[in-house]
Amino acid sequence: MHFDVLFNDFTAYTAGGLVYGAIYALIALGYTMVYGVLQLINFAHSEVFMFGTYAMAWVFVLLHGTEQVQWGLGRAAPILLVSLVAAMLVSGAVALLLERVAYRPLLKKGAPKLICLISAIGASFALSEAMGLRDRFAGWVGLDGKLDNYVSNARNLYANPVDIKPHTFFTVGGYHVSDIDVVIIVAALLMMVALVFFVDKTKFGRGIRAVAQDPESATLMGVNSTRVIQVTFLVGGLMAGAAAMLYMLKIGTTRPNIGFLFGVKAFTAAVMGGIGNLRGALLGGLILGVVENWGSAVFGSDWKDVVSFVLLILILLVRPSGILGEALGKARA
Amino acid sequence: MSTNTASAASTGPVRRFGAWWDSVVDRYNAQPKGAKLAWVVLFAVFFYALPLLRPPIITTDRIDFGGVLFSSAAFALVALGLNIVIGYAGLLDLGYVGFYATGAYTTGVLTAQHWHWPFFLALPLAIAVSMVTGVILGAPTLRVRGDYLAIVTLGFGEIIRLIVTNVDWLGAAGGIKNIPHPNNIGPAPTPPFDPGGLFAIPRLQWNGLIPSIDHTPLHQTHFLVFGALDATPFYWLVLTALILVLIGDRLVKASRVGRAWEATREDEDAAELMGVPTFRYKLLAFALGAAIGGLSGSLYASSQGSFISPQSFPLLLSMLFVAAVIVGGSGNRWGAIAGGVLVAYLPERFRDFADYRLLVFGIALMVLSIWRPQGIFPSTRARRAKAAAEEIEELEEGPAHV
Repeated sequence: MHFDVLFNDFTAYTAGGLVYGAIYALIALGYTMVYGVLQLINFAHSEVFMFGTYAMAWVFVLLHGTEQVQWGLGRAAPILLVSLVAAMLVSGAVALLLERVAYRPLLKKGAPKLICLISAIGASFALSEAMGLRDRFAGWVGLDGKLDNYVSNARNLYANPVDIKPHTFFTVGGYHVSDIDVVIIVAALLMMVALVFFVDKTKFGRGIRAVAQDPESATLMGVNSTRVIQVTFLVGGLMAGAAAMLYMLKIGTTRPNIGFLFGVKAFTAAVMGGIGNLRGALLGGLILGVVENWGSAVFGSDWKDVVSFVLLILILLVRPSGILGEALGKARA
Repeated sequence: MSTNTASAASTGPVRRFGAWWDSVVDRYNAQPKGAKLAWVVLFAVFFYALPLLRPPIITTDRIDFGGVLFSSAAFALVALGLNIVIGYAGLLDLGYVGFYATGAYTTGVLTAQHWHWPFFLALPLAIAVSMVTGVILGAPTLRVRGDYLAIVTLGFGEIIRLIVTNVDWLGAAGGIKNIPHPNNIGPAPTPPFDPGGLFAIPRLQWNGLIPSIDHTPLHQTHFLVFGALDATPFYWLVLTALILVLIGDRLVKASRVGRAWEATREDEDAAELMGVPTFRYKLLAFALGAAIGGLSGSLYASSQGSFISPQSFPLLLSMLFVAAVIVGGSGNRWGAIAGGVLVAYLPERFRDFADYRLLVFGIALMVLSIWRPQGIFPSTRARRAKAAAEEIEELEEGPAHV
């Protein structure tokens, strides 16, 4: 145990944790929304995130080329904005596809909840493999020559050609907070506020809350629950896309199986905050990110994930339905 | 419920197969007890002989058929154990691989890493350790309900994997090598010429649909030598374990315990009010499931490869286990076995697809869930519930649906 490591660089570990926590929180929103409305663990949500990371890198390859360069945040900003839109659109589209193919046929039949989980696991395998095999698919349609920059080495690490270099934005307690960190946290918070506004104040949001509370009564009151479920998936996908773009901004590389661990972490965050609760997702994400970073300082980075899961178990023991523990429907009914 | 279940039986190959299977089950149930027993024995003998019969179509050419059968049977055993947790007690356990790993590592540590116990001495201890692990995990977490339990167990599976990756005493990332095989029956083999064993059994080879006996010495199975060359004895061992567990499973399910599980699963509060100590029964399900997982892990550790490492126990394996139980038909022991076999066997059978096999597998999971949501072999209870729901629907909606 190295508590001295943690205390010497306390702000550094905390700030680093907040950055990851913000990304977890954005992904966690997708889990929480779908859970709130359908009481289902959308296991394939991790792949929605994964597709977003690729979309981000592809936009850079498309608009910049494959030349390896190092840019500051300002210079990359225009392409970053395009890539944000692209990542959100791609992730949103994948989420919609998922709803259409893996969920709707089952929900229509009133299938047991567990079988939806299996369908989602199947979809998760299929999506992740589809990304890993994209070079073959390109080969089938005879585009492998033209698309090489996008599909070659499909199973391995895929990097954004533009390495976005962080600059110190301000200094806290001896730690240089970079502009990238600030952008990530601010962007995540903005998305979150926008989402809470959407769910709490708009007509569609009211529909989502109504279906979350009581699907049958909502249908009787004229809410189109199929549409509401679609929108829920779409919104979750958009958030995951934003998270993917922010993640790529920070890390810069991705791979087809990247979703799994992030998905598990984000789901942990959602459960920790109280699944089905939007503010809970934010809180859970930030706490998870910070505590696991502290844990990796104290116990060594090998034990980072152990710390996060032990934390989850501890929190659930004390508060069995999460820290804020409320369902989407009950949040502000 | 749904809008078109009443007409569901009419279309689709999976559905037609399902209807056919349901009728087979009904016919079997209608037979007298003696005939039932005869069928079961015949069935068991067939499965023991399977690696020697090597029937065409299902035999895998590219990869050792005995090995495939071994992993199918091992998966079936795991699925049978997980079925107790998910199917009987209704607890979604996404970290079952943790118990599997616990059993495997206990065996590895006792027989190779730190001590040199014989396998059959280590096996009971591996089962016991897994069971205790199950109780330790279950005691605090089983008070958490439903989907929360899923993520807690998922975390637990990952914790076990990270512990074996990081602790040097357990071999760390390198794993444990040279785990001894189970003890042989009959003379031990002496490497160059004498393959050992009491006697040798030849296997069949098929030319199209015409069988003949394959006399190649290398293709013979020696009774009973557990070696690196032939996977068949390992398969027999797992199959025996599977049958024993199956008998135990049947006894427990039909007892007071089984009924308590069913009551807890269907309505925990009602069960508690009726005087069922639900927590204790849930813990029992967890412990029994963990024990069977440990048994399977222990058999895996000492199998042909005699090597385990953290990479052998990814969290993804847990998902496959859950998929096996649910695709097969949660709550039905035969369904769980079929699901386990399917999940292990399909990717091996379709090695021709090589790189595409996981993709195909993922799509197959989706298609199966959509076509037969109750599982391939639904439990009697699920079938009854479905029939009742259809009847109610017909009564309610009447001719509107014709």
